[in-house]
Amino acid sequence: MADMIVSVSPHLHSKDTTRRIMLDVVIALLPALVMAVVRFGLHALALALVCVGSAVAAEALSRKIMKREQTVGDLSAVVTGLLLALNLPATLPLWMGALGSVIAIVVVKQCFGGLGQNFVNPAIAARIVLLLCFAGAMTSWQQPGFVLWNDGVTGASPLAALKEGTTEGLPALTDFLFGLRAGSMGEVCALALIAGGVYLLVRRVISPIIPLCFIGTVFAGMLLRGGVTFALYEVLSGGLLLGAIFMATDYVTSPITPWGKVIFGVGCGLITLAIRLWGSLPEGVSYAILLMNIFVPHIEKLTLPRPFGARKGGKA
Amino acid sequence: MKEHPLTSVAKNRGGVHVAYHKNTRYMTAQRMPVPAEVVLPMQQSIGAPCTPLVQKGDTVKVGQKIGDSDAFVSVPIHASVSGTVNAVGPVRLAGGSVCQGVTIASVGNMELFEELHAPAVTNLEELLSAVRESGVVGLGGAGFPTHVKLRVPPEKHIDTLIVNAAECEPYITVDNREAIDNSWDVLSGVYTLKEIMRIPHVVIAVEDNKPQAIEALEKIAGRDNTVDVMRLKSIYPQGAEKMLVYSVTGRRVPDGGLPADVGCIVINIATVAFIARYLKTGKPLVSRSITVDGTAIRNPLNLRVPIGTRLADIIDYCGGFTKEPEKIIFGGPMMGVAIYNLNAPICKQNNALLAFEKADYKTEHACIRCGRCAAACPMSLAPTLLKTLVSAQDTEEMKRRGIMSCMECGCCAFSCPSGIPLVQYMKLGKQLLREAKK
Repeated sequence: MADMIVSVSPHLHSKDTTRRIMLDVVIALLPALVMAVVRFGLHALALALVCVGSAVAAEALSRKIMKREQTVGDLSAVVTGLLLALNLPATLPLWMGALGSVIAIVVVKQCFGGLGQNFVNPAIAARIVLLLCFAGAMTSWQQPGFVLWNDGVTGASPLAALKEGTTEGLPALTDFLFGLRAGSMGEVCALALIAGGVYLLVRRVISPIIPLCFIGTVFAGMLLRGGVTFALYEVLSGGLLLGAIFMATDYVTSPITPWGKVIFGVGCGLITLAIRLWGSLPEGVSYAILLMNIFVPHIEKLTLPRPFGARKGGKA
Repeated sequence: MKEHPLTSVAKNRGGVHVAYHKNTRYMTAQRMPVPAEVVLPMQQSIGAPCTPLVQKGDTVKVGQKIGDSDAFVSVPIHASVSGTVNAVGPVRLAGGSVCQGVTIASVGNMELFEELHAPAVTNLEELLSAVRESGVVGLGGAGFPTHVKLRVPPEKHIDTLIVNAAECEPYITVDNREAIDNSWDVLSGVYTLKEIMRIPHVVIAVEDNKPQAIEALEKIAGRDNTVDVMRLKSIYPQGAEKMLVYSVTGRRVPDGGLPADVGCIVINIATVAFIARYLKTGKPLVSRSITVDGTAIRNPLNLRVPIGTRLADIIDYCGGFTKEPEKIIFGGPMMGVAIYNLNAPICKQNNALLAFEKADYKTEHACIRCGRCAAACPMSLAPTLLKTLVSAQDTEEMKRRGIMSCMECGCCAFSCPSGIPLVQYMKLGKQLLREAKK
C-alpha cells in the first residue's frame, strides 16, 4: 500500500487534451495546405514548412531562455505557424515568413505569458506586422495554376474588383470553390476550408456560432449592397472563410460564452463589412478579428450567464 | 391518465456524459460476515459530533445507542455489532480528519439490543423524533441528518416529495438494488412520509440507464397519480439536489436556498426504504449497502456491511486486490475522496469503495480558454474565470460570480483538456471567502 495517488476529485477525466485539440486543428488545415501546394507549387510548401519550423523553434527557444516549462509539445506553435503561412501570399520570400513566425510566437504570444495569455491572435498580429513592413511582397498575388515553384506571374486579388462594386472579369464562383483565384495561399480553396471546418465541428473542437455569425453578417451586408451573386463572391473572396473558421474561433482570443460568441462573430462581420465597403484597404478580415480580440474580456463580462438559481439584479 | 413512467419536465444545462460502469447492477447486496472489530466515529454526518455514551469494557448489543448529542443538527450513533467496547478515543476518518470514536470487538452473534421496539408514529412530531432516533442520515452520500431535512418551516408549503434514485455517479449501484430488491420498503416509506407530512405528490426519479429499477418501481407504484416513477436522462450530475428538482418540476432552487423554498423535499431512495423498515422493526441504522468495484478489485460486489467495518476487511472479503492499486476512492469517482490506506471505517453516508490499478490522471497545462468547463457547469458558472479570481484572491468578485453555488460535482475538471484541478480551485476559493467574512 505504498505510493497511492490522493488527488482531488473528480477521479475521471475526459479524453480531450490540449495536444489533441491542436492536432485536430492541424488536421483540419491540411486540405487547405494541400490545395495551396496544388495551386501555387512547391514554394508554398516550402513557405509553410519554414513558418511552422520557425514557430516551433521560436517557441522552444523562448521557453528555454525564460527558463519556463517546455510547452512545444502542445503543438500550439505548429498551429500558429501553419495558420500564418496560409495567410501569406505564396510568393513571399521564405525569410519574411520566418520573421512573421518569430513575431507571432515571441512578441505576441510568449511576451504575454505563453499559451492562453495572449490577448490577440498571434498569426493575425504577425500577418498584420508583415503587411505593414512589406506591403509590396504581402500584396503581390500569384495567379494560381499548375506551377512547380514560384513563376513570378502575379495579378490582382478579386477583392480589388469587388471594391469597385463589380464582379465582372472575375473567375466563375465555382473556380473560387476549387481555389482558382488569386489570394493568400491558404484562403483560395473554399471547399478545403469548409471541409476543415466541418471536421472541427464534428470533432466538437469549435462551436459553429462564431463562423456562422461572422460569415452571415458579411453575407447579409453584401446582399444589401449588391445582390446574391455579389454577396457570394464577397464571402468566397479574401480571407473570410479562413478567418471565420480558423482564426476567429481561436479559443484564447474569443469569448467562452455563447452570447459572447454571437457578439464577437457579428462584430467581426461588421468591421469586415465596413473596411471592405468604405475603407481604403481591399481586405478587412484580419483587422476585424484583431479589433474584436481586444474587446473579448469586456464581451465576456457582459455575457456571463447568471448562476443557476440566482435572482435577477440580486446577489450574483 | 398520465403516461408512465413520467419523463422530466425541464432539461438541465451543462453536465457531462461519463461511462457508467454499473458492473454490479445485477448483484443483490450480500451480507458480509461479521467483522472482528468495528470502529464507530462520533462524527458520521454533517452537524455536531456525538458524545460517547459507553466506556471501555462495556458490553454492547446491536442497535444500542453508544453516542448522542443535544444539538439539533445531529443524530445518535448505535452499536453495529454485539461485543465489548475495546477503546473510546480519537480515530482517523478516511478523509484524514480525526474525531472521537468507539471501537467494539465483536463476539460474532449479532445479538439485538432488547430495548428496541417499533416506534408508534401517528403524527409529524412523532415521525421526526423517530427518524432522529433511528440515526439515519442521507444515505446517498451527503450525510445530512434526515430529520432535519424533513422538518420544513411551517410557512413553506411542500407539494412534491422527490425520491432520489438517479444514482448518476459511475460504478455505484446500491440505490439501483434498493429499488429492485426492496421496492416494497421504498413504497411503504413513500406512503408513510406522504401521508404524515401531507405531501400531495411523490416522484421517484431514476436515470434511464437503470431499466430494471424503473420496471420494479413501476410495477408497484400507485395508479392514483399521486406516486409516480420518472425516467430521467442519464447525464451526470442528474442526481444533484438542485438539478433533480429542476428536472422533475422545472423549478429553480434559489441561490443559497433549499428545495423546500420551491415546494420540494428530495430524499434518497435507500433512506426512504430504511425509514420504512425502522418504523416496522425499531432497528436503528447499524448497517448499509455499498458497492465495491474498480479495476483493482478481484470480485466486485454489492455488500451489506455493519457501519464501522474497516475498509481492509471489506477488500479482503472481495478477494483482495488484483494488483497494487494506484488509487482507492471512498465514494463515486466524480465526487469521492481518494484515500491513502484502508484503516478507516465505513460511515453512514458512504456508498462505494472503488480501487483502480491505474489512476486516471492528466498533467496540468495552461488554460487555453476553450470554455468546456463553463459549458459543462450545471450551475452556469465560468470555472476558468473563477480560477483566475481565486488565484488573485479576489473574494468580492468570486462571490459576485457565484462561487458559493458550486457544488463541486467535478464536471469542469472532468472536461478540462488542460488537466486543471478546477474543483481544487473552487474549494480554495470558498475557503478564502469564508475566511474573508470572519
